[in-house]
Amino acid sequence: MMDTTEPVISIRDLRVRRGRTAVLHGLSLSVPRGQVVGLLGPSGCGKTTLMRSIVGVQDVAGGEVTVLGGPAGSSALRHKVGYVTQAESVYDDLTVRQNLAYFARVLGAPKSDVDRVLTQTDLGANSGQLVSTLSGGQRSRVSLAAALLGTPELLVLDEPTVGLDPVLRVDLWTLFHELARAGTSLLVSSHVMDEATRCDRLLLMREGEILADETPDGLLAATGARDAEDAFLTLIARHPRHAADGGDS
Amino acid sequence: MTVGRTFATAGRVLTQIRHDPRTIVLLVVVPSLLIGLVAWIFTDTPIFDSIGPALIALFPFIVMFLIASITTLRERRTGTLERLLSMPLGKADFILGYTLAFGLLAILQSAVAVSFAVWVCGLTIKGSIWLLLAVALADAVLGTTLGLFASAFARSEFQVVQFMPALVFPQVLLGGIFLPRDQLPDVLHAISDWLPLSHAIDALRAVATNSHDAAYIGGELLIIAAFAVGAVVLGSITLQRRTP
Repeated sequence: MMDTTEPVISIRDLRVRRGRTAVLHGLSLSVPRGQVVGLLGPSGCGKTTLMRSIVGVQDVAGGEVTVLGGPAGSSALRHKVGYVTQAESVYDDLTVRQNLAYFARVLGAPKSDVDRVLTQTDLGANSGQLVSTLSGGQRSRVSLAAALLGTPELLVLDEPTVGLDPVLRVDLWTLFHELARAGTSLLVSSHVMDEATRCDRLLLMREGEILADETPDGLLAATGARDAEDAFLTLIARHPRHAADGGDS
Repeated sequence: MTVGRTFATAGRVLTQIRHDPRTIVLLVVVPSLLIGLVAWIFTDTPIFDSIGPALIALFPFIVMFLIASITTLRERRTGTLERLLSMPLGKADFILGYTLAFGLLAILQSAVAVSFAVWVCGLTIKGSIWLLLAVALADAVLGTTLGLFASAFARSEFQVVQFMPALVFPQVLLGGIFLPRDQLPDVLHAISDWLPLSHAIDALRAVATNSHDAAYIGGELLIIAAFAVGAVVLGSITLQRRTP
């Protein structure tokens, strides 16, 4: 394959332990620039740990994580990488606008950014509301809006569509693709396999390992499956480690 | 560290508290009520004049310790701290922002408590009121920084509230409120010399009775400041960008 642009994320032999258990044991992958890449896998498979390693907030035991050409978590990257955790990490006792205004000041983003991200996440009507009075879906959009401040080059989104109503979910995926067209690279995790078809590229993960790194069509072609769920099961069955012990544990 | 980010953080913390009027009322009114209660208990005795200054030292210290430890624990648990540390916010911005915000609250709280003690309860302050406020402020900063540090060792709000009796009560007991420090058993006296609250209480007493010069009070303030700096350094070690 030709490789005109260097990958936005490249990981070599990443190992992470939590307590005594190894969560990631020698994981390698690379994520291309300007695409919406889905990180799919059941909950507990290490998606969040992998994302935390990419953002540079995870204690790692070994390996190399390079993001936008620099080591993950280095200070130059803190302006360039937006991160949305699974829990809405925003202040309950501030209004939506006050939350965003604070994060914008921390990032050194222009003031006009607040209105831009309010529009992008369709929160304009709620901007004066305290976050504690918002619904779950609205809160997670505030969290997403905060990550869009300062127009980061890479967005790492941990299950941003969980618990959202279907219309909103479609809206968010549309937003993700708009951002990608404007040059942002996105890594979006999900445990819902239906969302696979909405990604430009897929990383299927299970038990701390990447089972597949493919386009959605390529994945279906390679496995002969009808949908992502099916493809996932096929891959698990083919995998030597899982096949050996009957596909579970 | 940048001034802009520190002020942004302080402003954010104050805005959060502004949305919680009940906390503000409790913060401002409760110390005065308790001082009034103590003054009432010791009506017609000279005791209030000797423990009144110590009470003014206690409130900013205890209250700021509690709210600083709980709010920073909340930041650690809700993930906002992780978000901030993945952004270009310095650890010093975070700690100084909090210290600044709570320091301002402490000035308000101490001003109300001192006014109430002096004008309503008749506490005599022979020295400078400004010096008194300066000591109360140093005390509040100490409480804030210790609270920040303590929050790193708690997994839940239940635990962090238990740090209050563990870290604060011994200082209250040995600080010279119950018994003047020079009358304590030698070992306890020596220990009390190493507790920051003892110096805060000594300094406030010195202001109230005008028994020492400004240099002595300045020295005591420096000791309190040294403890606060120590707590900030230890606290910033506990703010790790990378966590397990």
